[in-house]
Amino acid sequence: MGTLPIIFKRELLSYFATPLAYIFIVIFLISNGIFTFDLGGFYARGQADLLPFFSFHPWLYLFMIPAIAMTLWADERKTGTIELLLTLPVRLADAVLGKFLAAWALIGIALLLTFPIWLTVNYLGDPDNGVIFAAYLGSWFMAGGFLSIGSCMSACTKNSVIAFILTVSICFIFVIMGSPILLNAFPAWIPQFFVDAFSAMGFLTHFDSIAKGVLDIRDFLFFSVFIAAWLLASAVVIEMKKAN
Amino acid sequence: MIEITNLTKNFDQFTAIDDLTFTVKEGEVLGFLGPNGAGKSTTMKLITGFLSASHGTVSIDGFDISENPIEAKSLMGYLPEGAPSYGDMTTLEFLNFVAQVRGFRGEEISQRVQHVLDEVELNSVSQQTIETLSKGFKRRVGLAQAIMHDPKVLILDEPTDGLDPNQKHHVRELIKNLARDKIVIISTHILEEVTAVCSRAIIIAQGRIVADGTPAELESRSKYHQAVSVRLSEDYDLAADLSGLSEVSEVEKDGEDEMVFRILASDGKSIFSQVSEIAQAKHWPVTEFHVSRGQLEDVFRTVTQQTQGAQ
Repeated sequence: MGTLPIIFKRELLSYFATPLAYIFIVIFLISNGIFTFDLGGFYARGQADLLPFFSFHPWLYLFMIPAIAMTLWADERKTGTIELLLTLPVRLADAVLGKFLAAWALIGIALLLTFPIWLTVNYLGDPDNGVIFAAYLGSWFMAGGFLSIGSCMSACTKNSVIAFILTVSICFIFVIMGSPILLNAFPAWIPQFFVDAFSAMGFLTHFDSIAKGVLDIRDFLFFSVFIAAWLLASAVVIEMKKAN
Repeated sequence: MIEITNLTKNFDQFTAIDDLTFTVKEGEVLGFLGPNGAGKSTTMKLITGFLSASHGTVSIDGFDISENPIEAKSLMGYLPEGAPSYGDMTTLEFLNFVAQVRGFRGEEISQRVQHVLDEVELNSVSQQTIETLSKGFKRRVGLAQAIMHDPKVLILDEPTDGLDPNQKHHVRELIKNLARDKIVIISTHILEEVTAVCSRAIIIAQGRIVADGTPAELESRSKYHQAVSVRLSEDYDLAADLSGLSEVSEVEKDGEDEMVFRILASDGKSIFSQVSEIAQAKHWPVTEFHVSRGQLEDVFRTVTQQTQGAQ
């Protein structure tokens, strides 16, 4: 057995050793409730689906995930424990992945705890649970995308507040990349393939279809590759900036 | 055995470590000395593989730190500067984590952890979170994790910094006990520590080795080596009586105490008997009379300032 599971376990437990995990989960659940029932008009729509619940997730993640991600590496650098961790017989890949997976698992737990909403919609109507399952999975993968950006930004700095602001900014760009408002703003002389490529990088482009129940493996592939790329970047940044 | 060959580390334009070459053998306790910013910590970070060298190699028992980092790191225990550890874990949780990363499984984990808790006397705080511990305890937690796997090579960056005299004594005893069949490298700027625990000392300044030898050898390089120190009860012209002795190079007045004189030996030769004969024959008004050992501090200052002056 490698060191990845050990690091994963330590990281996950450390979230629960402080109030962080509990505060995150509680605020996540309350925000989801407000978004779904008040702003989303869950009842007024009269439809047995969770579209209002899922369609707010990108905006909710935009602020909540950077808050989880900001400490991933910035705190290790600030307290000097990075020196301890990386002089133990640990592969950098195990450390990067272990930390990422622990934070991703925390988000997964928070997401699972929204199950009363699923129970509600099943009680009120007869939703397509396959669609709901796919949307949950899609939401979790998108969360992973946000988190991988956060991992890289957190590796860039000792200061977790800077990491937070950078992560929110970059995530925001990726969220709106696929939105019509931005795409329409492109001047006509820019070639269409570029606009398409730009749009294809957007989170909304991929998540909207998942949330509506269009389960396309390419959307999951997008998020997987996206996560892998940012985690690779995290490892490179950590390696480069260790000396500072 | 640790073999360090042409080790160099550049940060942008600045050369922190400049072509270091030395080997350390089993059983040696190497004290790594140098002024602040001389490159002590950087060298340790290079040896432990936290930083990668610009040029040169570090090999731990034949494992190159950059080619076989996991094998090399497995042989080493390292206490980084400031003894960092995860503050939100309890001492026990943290040591369990380190034991697992070090490859212990099942029963072994609690056995090893209990062993190091006993070794550095941490049992009383094993259930406390590390951030609530005093500086001395935190340092001991750092030591505990470093010796977890009974490593062949122990690298300690300022292990006694911030400890009270009792704790310092305890840590030094610990290092001495550990050292028998191991390689221990400690960095420090407390010179008495070197005399107390080290079998060899390397002084570096501006990234280069300026002195390398046993503490006694280094002390003998001091101009106060074999010097005779006398305290007089009244003024007396010692220099006139000693002018006939070719082994005496100089008589120096102590900077702080007017009545104390140091009779310096030339070439580190013993002059005690000759001087004491003259003192008796001439009835010096002496109240104190002793041979001073060379002072490491004096050697340290001389060799590190020479390099600064040269630049």
